[in-house]
Amino acid sequence: MTKLEMDLLDLLREDCRLPLEKLAIMTGADIQEVAETIDRLEESRVILRYAPTINWDLTDRERVEAMIQVNTSPQRDTGFDAVAKRIYRFEEVKSVYLMSGSYDLLVLVEARTLKELALFVSSKLSTLETVTGTSTSFVLKRYKEEGVIFESEKTDNRLVISP
Amino acid sequence: MTYEKFLNPDIVAVPPSGIRRFFDIAATMKDAISLGVGEPDFVTPYHIRNAAINSILDGETQYTGNRGLPGLLKEISFYLESRYGTKYDPAHEIMVTVGASEAIDIALRALVSAGDEVLVPEPSYVSYSPSVIFAGGKPVGVETTAEDEFRLTPEAVRKAITPRTKALILPYPNNPTGGIMPREDLEKLAEVIREKEIIVISDEIYSELTYGGVKHTSFASLPGMWDYTLTINGFSKAFAMTGWRVGYICGPAPMLDVMLKIHQYSILCAPRAGQVAAMEALRIGRDNGYEDVIRMRESYDRRRRLMVEGFRSMGLDCFEPLGAFYVFPSIKTTGLTSEEFCSRLLQEKKVACVPGTAFGACGEGHIRCSYATSIDKLNVALDKMADFVKNL
Repeated sequence: MTKLEMDLLDLLREDCRLPLEKLAIMTGADIQEVAETIDRLEESRVILRYAPTINWDLTDRERVEAMIQVNTSPQRDTGFDAVAKRIYRFEEVKSVYLMSGSYDLLVLVEARTLKELALFVSSKLSTLETVTGTSTSFVLKRYKEEGVIFESEKTDNRLVISP
Repeated sequence: MTYEKFLNPDIVAVPPSGIRRFFDIAATMKDAISLGVGEPDFVTPYHIRNAAINSILDGETQYTGNRGLPGLLKEISFYLESRYGTKYDPAHEIMVTVGASEAIDIALRALVSAGDEVLVPEPSYVSYSPSVIFAGGKPVGVETTAEDEFRLTPEAVRKAITPRTKALILPYPNNPTGGIMPREDLEKLAEVIREKEIIVISDEIYSELTYGGVKHTSFASLPGMWDYTLTINGFSKAFAMTGWRVGYICGPAPMLDVMLKIHQYSILCAPRAGQVAAMEALRIGRDNGYEDVIRMRESYDRRRRLMVEGFRSMGLDCFEPLGAFYVFPSIKTTGLTSEEFCSRLLQEKKVACVPGTAFGACGEGHIRCSYATSIDKLNVALDKMADFVKNL
């Protein structure tokens, strides 16, 4: 990875709405080069999408989230990939990770209601033949996501003007 | 009761900092964006904070030796030699102070007798001239200009030197201009020092913050200059440790010994927890190539470019600062004085900057804008300033 690529990733990660001109100024590259580099990062799927971090608790949308620890029997040739694929295709599933430790897959699920989520686990997830066990934990409160602290406004302790 | 007869008239006569008036107004405005902050917007890296916490929990709460913790002195010695090629013996030639501010104060008090002159480049940090006066000396301003990229020219220094001149303060990388003194310029200055034999108090607190591929040169590293130099540095800017109040001064032992006397009687020692934190900063930095410093510098550099370009696109002259975290654009084309510009900008747009005159009369026509603030806020401030300048 070039320094420009890393610089752009750092900047976009914080604010993906920064216009190309500003990105060019801050990285000291020309605008064309910045545009091409970003295109390349998108094409090579380093940058997957540009999405805001949302505090849903402040919206009217009903929403429950759960983290489900899943044990599976890995399959010959495809290992965990095949079962992971089966799982991530469900639209309720937001993230899937293969984990080290006492379980195999960590599945982050989102649904509108508790009932919907329970139904997902009992009728869709547990019934997959390679899934040997699940343990579901509901998210009670979100404190921090993607480096952003939800509740507290970041306070600046500095004097407003100092020499 | 009036206290006039009790107070020292020389101290009473020192004007209050030009920053204060703006501070008083800006502090009452809740939604003002401040480009007036002279400290990093980073919090001290976690491992450094944690080292101090652990030392406190372990009961390390006592005085340290006057010079500072031996371990810290060794780390400073190693750091200066490896980063800037200046050699100082940790046992005799380094002293830990309460920020670089104390170092400036005791250096001046150790050198200056009543009526001695000290050359102070302007624009520069607000406390140099008052500190010279507090030490009983007479500050003599040496102007630097945007045309010279705010570098100190040997001609200007030579012209300002009189038989009473004791010392020159060398404040680079510079607050408020962001100017630096590259090696070639320092070499020319060294010729004057060699010839006129005055002491150089080199305040290098921003030494880690230089940009555009120019590495800081420490004045004491120039041939023959070690003997004439007191090098001041600290942890506030490079490691985002302003509130810890830890700095240091280095130089020939005969000078350090006199300063140590002032320090031991008036201060005793820099705060212990701060010294432990500083030691951790250097120890870990030595192991990981100062990655915290590099991370912060790169972040400042991006914002520096943003600001320079922002001012230039407003039609303001803006010399490219290669040090510290300030830009010092010229606002002469607006027809306003620095004070007027900053007052109106604050009242009308709620953006706080510091008038260049706060750093010396020759700062007139400039404003100091710190970019140690988030990119979001810088962008909003730049938009507001562009609007302000357009509608003047």
